[in-house]
Amino acid sequence: MHSASGPASHPADARPQLPGLVHVLLRPIPLPLLRPFLAPIAAHVARAHPQLFARLGPHAHKRFLIDPLDLPFGLLLTPDPARPQLDACRREQMPGHDARIAGTFLDLFGLVDGSIDGDALFFSRELQISGDTEAVVALRNALDDMDGSILDSVSAAFGPLSRPASLAISAIRAIRARRTHA
Amino acid sequence: MNAMPEIALGPVLFNWQPEAWRDFYFRIADAAPVATVYVGETICSKRAPLFSEYFETAIERLQRGGKTVILSTLGQVVQKTDRNLIDSICSVEELPVEANDVSALHALRGRPHYGGPMLNIYNGESLRFLAERGMRGVCVPAELSATTLAALCAVASELGVTIEAQVFGRISLALSARCYHARAHNRTKDSCLFVCENDPDGLELSTLDAHSFLVINGIQTMSHSYLNLIGELPELQRMGVSRFRLSPHSCDMVQVAGIFHAVLKQTLAVEEAAAQLGALTPRATFANGFYYGKPGHTWQSASPA
Amino acid sequence: MRETEILQRPELICPAGTPAALRAAVDAGADAVYCGLQNETNARNFPGLNFSIPDLEQAVAYAHARQAKVLLAVNTFPRAGRFELWRETVDAAARISVDAIIVADFGVAAYAARTHPKLRLHLSVQAGASSPNAIRYFCEEFGIKRVVLPRILTVAEIAEIHGNAPCEIETFIFGNVGMMAEGRCSLTNYATGISTNMDGVCSPAGDVRYVPNAEGNMTSHLGCFMIDQIGRGESAGYPTICKGRYLCSGRTQGYYAFEEPQTLNLSALLPDLIRAGVAAFKIEGRQRSRAYVTNVVSAFRRALDDVLAGRSPEIASLLALSEGQKETQGAYRSKTWR
Repeated sequence: MHSASGPASHPADARPQLPGLVHVLLRPIPLPLLRPFLAPIAAHVARAHPQLFARLGPHAHKRFLIDPLDLPFGLLLTPDPARPQLDACRREQMPGHDARIAGTFLDLFGLVDGSIDGDALFFSRELQISGDTEAVVALRNALDDMDGSILDSVSAAFGPLSRPASLAISAIRAIRARRTHA
Repeated sequence: MNAMPEIALGPVLFNWQPEAWRDFYFRIADAAPVATVYVGETICSKRAPLFSEYFETAIERLQRGGKTVILSTLGQVVQKTDRNLIDSICSVEELPVEANDVSALHALRGRPHYGGPMLNIYNGESLRFLAERGMRGVCVPAELSATTLAALCAVASELGVTIEAQVFGRISLALSARCYHARAHNRTKDSCLFVCENDPDGLELSTLDAHSFLVINGIQTMSHSYLNLIGELPELQRMGVSRFRLSPHSCDMVQVAGIFHAVLKQTLAVEEAAAQLGALTPRATFANGFYYGKPGHTWQSASPA
Repeated sequence: MRETEILQRPELICPAGTPAALRAAVDAGADAVYCGLQNETNARNFPGLNFSIPDLEQAVAYAHARQAKVLLAVNTFPRAGRFELWRETVDAAARISVDAIIVADFGVAAYAARTHPKLRLHLSVQAGASSPNAIRYFCEEFGIKRVVLPRILTVAEIAEIHGNAPCEIETFIFGNVGMMAEGRCSLTNYATGISTNMDGVCSPAGDVRYVPNAEGNMTSHLGCFMIDQIGRGESAGYPTICKGRYLCSGRTQGYYAFEEPQTLNLSALLPDLIRAGVAAFKIEGRQRSRAYVTNVVSAFRRALDDVLAGRSPEIASLLALSEGQKETQGAYRSKTWR
């Protein structure tokens, strides 16, 4: 039910980093190209996992800045059940937010994928939290109450693109697993 | 229904020199306007033998001074020496006993006894259960708010149980099996060499940015601030609290008792009393936040209601 | 281990903060899973965590279909005037047929024993019963069937308690190790106005703040108090007062006045604890993720099965999941911890 990778952590010098190739591929993506993919993700998650909002409670309306430190952009998530939003923003122009969750792309990926324990990542200092700590805890708990991975659920909803999406997720999992055990 | 309000003196929580301990009680016996005095080691069973030679003398003097003496038991019972201390206190039949842990309740069940502030008595259902087994009075946990305390008092009044609240002195916030006094000096509980005797009001801890925060007293962690509910005495009386506990410190407790007593008797205005308390304890900061449902370290101006 | 020795099989008691974590625990080999409702009736009242009544009903069905038990923690202390919520919780637990409720308050225990005599009662660690007579009191008054011992006793003391207690003994074997006697700590309330005993939360997230500085250090704050400063690259722990660093006279710099951030791991003591008569081993961590639950529960399932089969247990490293990335045997090995 979980990815094959072991528990969260790894000594700081061996923490999983994004392979150069991925970095090179992502860097030049213009955000307008990314956005059409992000909005449906938020809508799908809201539709397929309404129980998330019960767990988020008052925090559903907060703005979460998810900040992969090794990528040139961050993601702004507003779970709001009436109007769920996920948007990309350039590092140079990070928008206002209630809480910020920062880490490497692979660590944040593992967290959302359900294969990493958030507390463990925090203990090892690879996850940085600032702003509204309560909202972050609520989001973490809400995302964790699901069998399997929310990413699989999202990729399955991508219509004709679901196969490439699912291949991409598997590839990233494989990279994480390799880096973690390296 | 409410009993006449009275001042009580809680047990000495710190490791005072045996002679200082004895002289403190002598002076209380002779000069302090307190009705009830709790005596006994509640923090560390290793300390009890230190002043045991003065134990009976102090109690006799207090009784000669017209005080009701109640024996207090240990808060945290882990080792054999702890259990022995509980057994020896609870086997005294001539004096009432205040239980500070459940093993003492086991020994005192069925005979009249008291519940100390280290017992978890937070609601009327708990109070009713304990009253049925002989509990006659309770000193409530310091973290109760006025709302909760009033609700508890209503039940206590039905049951005929006396409600007591601490109104002065550092607040007990936590107990452990580990001795933090020993730890501060790189020792362990078994090899402590009674290093706690150097701190008659506890060992102060401050935050890394140098704000006063807590105080260590052996296995106990206390507030840095002194609880001070002098301004709340009238409201406490109205809700049914009838005994007001002063927790002993190295400042002049006879005078502290005099100030609280005068406010209870309405011979001293609260503002004047507060100023006098401040002058008696120049280094202390005061707190009353728990009473108002706020962080315990805070000071809230008494509500006009 | 001697070949002839037959060891009693203890239950493995595992945490679940969400229904998904409960299923993960059952699937990973838990004998029983403990959880709490989404309110202050339990001591992990965290945002987004815990079970609704329908969640609990489904969880019990899932666990029972797989021969696992569900224990409901009702282990906080109702403030006067709020008792009704605890009464409703106890009634719901009886109706749903959870296998036991875990209680701490005199009033809650008395209500449960009186109203639902068939409902099995465990005594929570929050009741702080650390001596044979305290345990006897709870057993005699409420018919408690099992006591969860505080994390302050040595294995020898646990064995002695087992010999003198009229009920089963449960001990923690892994997870967060709070330094203060459980159920007797109002440090959080002193700093934040929220009571661990009454509101069910220690260091509420809403009062925790992390402040990074330019040098890569981070300070952690609870309410208006700075409770630690964590250097660049230094591992962190939970932002609780008892794991912070402070100044005191006689010390030149900040020190862990109570305890360093570290995680209890008693995997090496499992055979000793079984011989001491422990009937159930508890893993802490209802606030953790299902990734933690799966990893820790699987590791201890294997270790326990090895011990019972007479093999020396091989415990996968759980260091990565540990607070401060350090492990300790805490109070259990020796009195010098005190």
